[in-house]
Amino acid sequence: MESIDLPLIWAAILAIAVFMYVLLDGFDLGIGILFPFAPKDEDRDLMMASVAPVWDGNETWLVLGGGGLFAAFPKAYAALMPSIYMPVGFMLIALIFRGVAFEFRFSAKGVMHRVWNQAFHWGSTVAAFSQGLILGAMVQGIALEDGRFAGGMFDWLTPFSFFTGCALVWGYALLGSTWLIIKTENELLHWSRQMAVVSMIVVIICLVIVSLVVPLMDWTAANRWGIHYPNIDWSILLPLAPIPVLTAVCCWLLAKSLSDRKSHHKPFIFSILIFALGYIGLIFSFYPYIIPYSLTIHDAAAAPNSQALLLAGTLILLPMILAYTAYVYWVFRGKVDIHAGYH
Amino acid sequence: MPDIFDMLFLARAQFAFTIAFHIIFPSFTIGLASYLAMLEGLWLKTGKEAYLTLYRFWIKIFAITFGMGVVSGVVMSYQFGTNWSRFSEVTGNILGPLLGYEVLTAFFLEASFLAIMLFGWNRVGRKLHFASTCIVAIGTLISAFWILAANSWMHTPAGYEIRDGIFYAISWLEIIFNPSFPYRFFHMVLAAYLTTAFVVVAVAAYLLISGKKNPAVITMMKMGIIFICIVVPLQMIAGHEHGVSVFEHQPVKLAAMEGHWETHTGAPLVLFALPDEEKEKNHLELAIPKLGSLIVAHDINAEIRGLKEWPQEERPPVAIVFWSFRIMVGIGILMLFTAFAGLWLFKTGKLDSNKNYLRLCLLMGPTGFIAVIAGWFTAEVGRQPYTVYGLMKTIDSTSPVTANSVGMSLIVFAFTYIVVFSAGFGYILKLMNKGPVDPSHPETDFESKPVLGTRLDIGDYEHQLKISSHPITGEKPG
Repeated sequence: MESIDLPLIWAAILAIAVFMYVLLDGFDLGIGILFPFAPKDEDRDLMMASVAPVWDGNETWLVLGGGGLFAAFPKAYAALMPSIYMPVGFMLIALIFRGVAFEFRFSAKGVMHRVWNQAFHWGSTVAAFSQGLILGAMVQGIALEDGRFAGGMFDWLTPFSFFTGCALVWGYALLGSTWLIIKTENELLHWSRQMAVVSMIVVIICLVIVSLVVPLMDWTAANRWGIHYPNIDWSILLPLAPIPVLTAVCCWLLAKSLSDRKSHHKPFIFSILIFALGYIGLIFSFYPYIIPYSLTIHDAAAAPNSQALLLAGTLILLPMILAYTAYVYWVFRGKVDIHAGYH
Repeated sequence: MPDIFDMLFLARAQFAFTIAFHIIFPSFTIGLASYLAMLEGLWLKTGKEAYLTLYRFWIKIFAITFGMGVVSGVVMSYQFGTNWSRFSEVTGNILGPLLGYEVLTAFFLEASFLAIMLFGWNRVGRKLHFASTCIVAIGTLISAFWILAANSWMHTPAGYEIRDGIFYAISWLEIIFNPSFPYRFFHMVLAAYLTTAFVVVAVAAYLLISGKKNPAVITMMKMGIIFICIVVPLQMIAGHEHGVSVFEHQPVKLAAMEGHWETHTGAPLVLFALPDEEKEKNHLELAIPKLGSLIVAHDINAEIRGLKEWPQEERPPVAIVFWSFRIMVGIGILMLFTAFAGLWLFKTGKLDSNKNYLRLCLLMGPTGFIAVIAGWFTAEVGRQPYTVYGLMKTIDSTSPVTANSVGMSLIVFAFTYIVVFSAGFGYILKLMNKGPVDPSHPETDFESKPVLGTRLDIGDYEHQLKISSHPITGEKPG
């Protein structure tokens, strides 16, 4: 066991879990973000039906992210959570409102039906925004002393984190609208394409702004790309250049697929790739820190026998989870059918 | 009196509030998942439509409850970090992997197969659908296994060592199967089953009282009564064994539960008292001599240590532990009475007609939840002033966050939970009030749908009835 870098393996597993979360819950939160703008109430029923079987499994990746961080990097979990106390609180409350809306909306009539529509929309939007706030706060770095949080209650709130919050809302809207292109037909499909185009334009603008702002601010994240404003270390930046270049290519391919009425799956796939590349970019900005830029994965790691115990199970269970998750998606493949439920 | 603006008090209040709300949902879904699996299995085996009617009825209630359980559970997985970060840091090596396994072995399993259970009627075969229901039921039990292992370790820590103030695992088997775990696991699973069974019986009783009698309602009533007749006595045995284990491993908790201040040889069983922590005595005590020792030590002259053996700061809050324990046991006795009275009425054929008994069943409906919460209060408050019994104090477990943050978030959580979960409760009551849909003479319509489908369309009720039992040939699903 000595030769295996357990913390690195765990960091990779957690990175996968968080990405799975962003991707999967991203599109169903995106549905909630777009929800009130759908042309008709029947469209809203269809939008919800397109994610009703899978949202619960999607959200489980968030529990794996939180639980996995606690299990594999307890010091990071203990240091991080107090620092993002309020956005985590917002996120949890928002997730409650949007999660129960799936069931309550069916049971409620009249005014309450509309109330739960709003709960679904605002819950999804606030959850996405809070996750963006957390992301922004982490890019700017979190103040620790002796491995414990030593900052203030509002450290997470900055213009930059506010911006990343908004950006993630649009990012999830992009995932949600491209998911709807796969799942819907006729007018709703047409509307989804329009939403996807709008979201894509905003997401591209946000990506450009972040790429300009972060280097100018000379945060540690920028330094790790070889940018010490106004100097640039090309020997670091050039090997990383494929990431932004590929992102640009994917944006172009996404735009192309959105204008092609025959492509139903490609927009979602290219949106995923844009997220994946942005995520890889983040990993380069953070590694080997688990709490940027004060706690590394090795400092924060649980005892080797604790990491090893969970790893043994994870190596068997995670592929199984991915397999049956894929199976569930396969069972519910194709255009959404409003009459498939148990209601 | 605790200072209510103290961070420690607020963090404890927040944890108690969020977990007490959360436990309501799993207590019901653990039992309901198994009940649904049983109903679907019986339907596949016998083809009796009452079972399918009941399945369709309870699955709607299951879906709402499960949803509320998921969202209130996500909150729990972040509570450790936000309010109890020091605890997370110190116990992470032990508890982290246990909770990690809960997510990996149970949560994904439940969530994925729940999708097939709720939405897969048209898309998978009948056997696979039944398998999905069973997997969800097993998933709920696996989840209970890990969370009880983690919680029991906090009561009876084993298999660890402490270096530089941090827990390290030595033996995982000792950690998971720590001394109190088997008792507490069975006690909780049986509690969940009973909670569900009493809700089922109460709903059946309500429908019978309000004249909505149909074969499904009678089946529900009978299944429920038979079930509680078997499980209530089992639960009493499990509870007793658990009590004996508390006596062995957490004597100060037992002293608080029993309201014993002095050490006795041949301790009494205190039936009623008002424990006074200042004066270290009970007021208005009503007790049966020697019975306490007989129950916990199986010897009328056994010594039971009283609270005075421990310094005041090592004792749990006595009144809460004493009273919540009595509420739980009192409900248990009422449950036993309900079970036996039901059995007698069943034998004499008056189970569905005795109005007084049906009213009793209706009143007993929510008692499972109350007993579960009271039991957890006994266990968790009884462990105070420690989070890890004897090793880590609650006061040393908190996060470096201000009382303001915790207080504000407590208010927001309380508001959200009360609004959201009372709405959910209302929708569940509405469904219960409607009852399992009476299959009102579908047999008269022989023409409408093909009979021998391999897929089941839950959206079309009459179609199902034809599949479940063909009106002409009497053919059953294969």
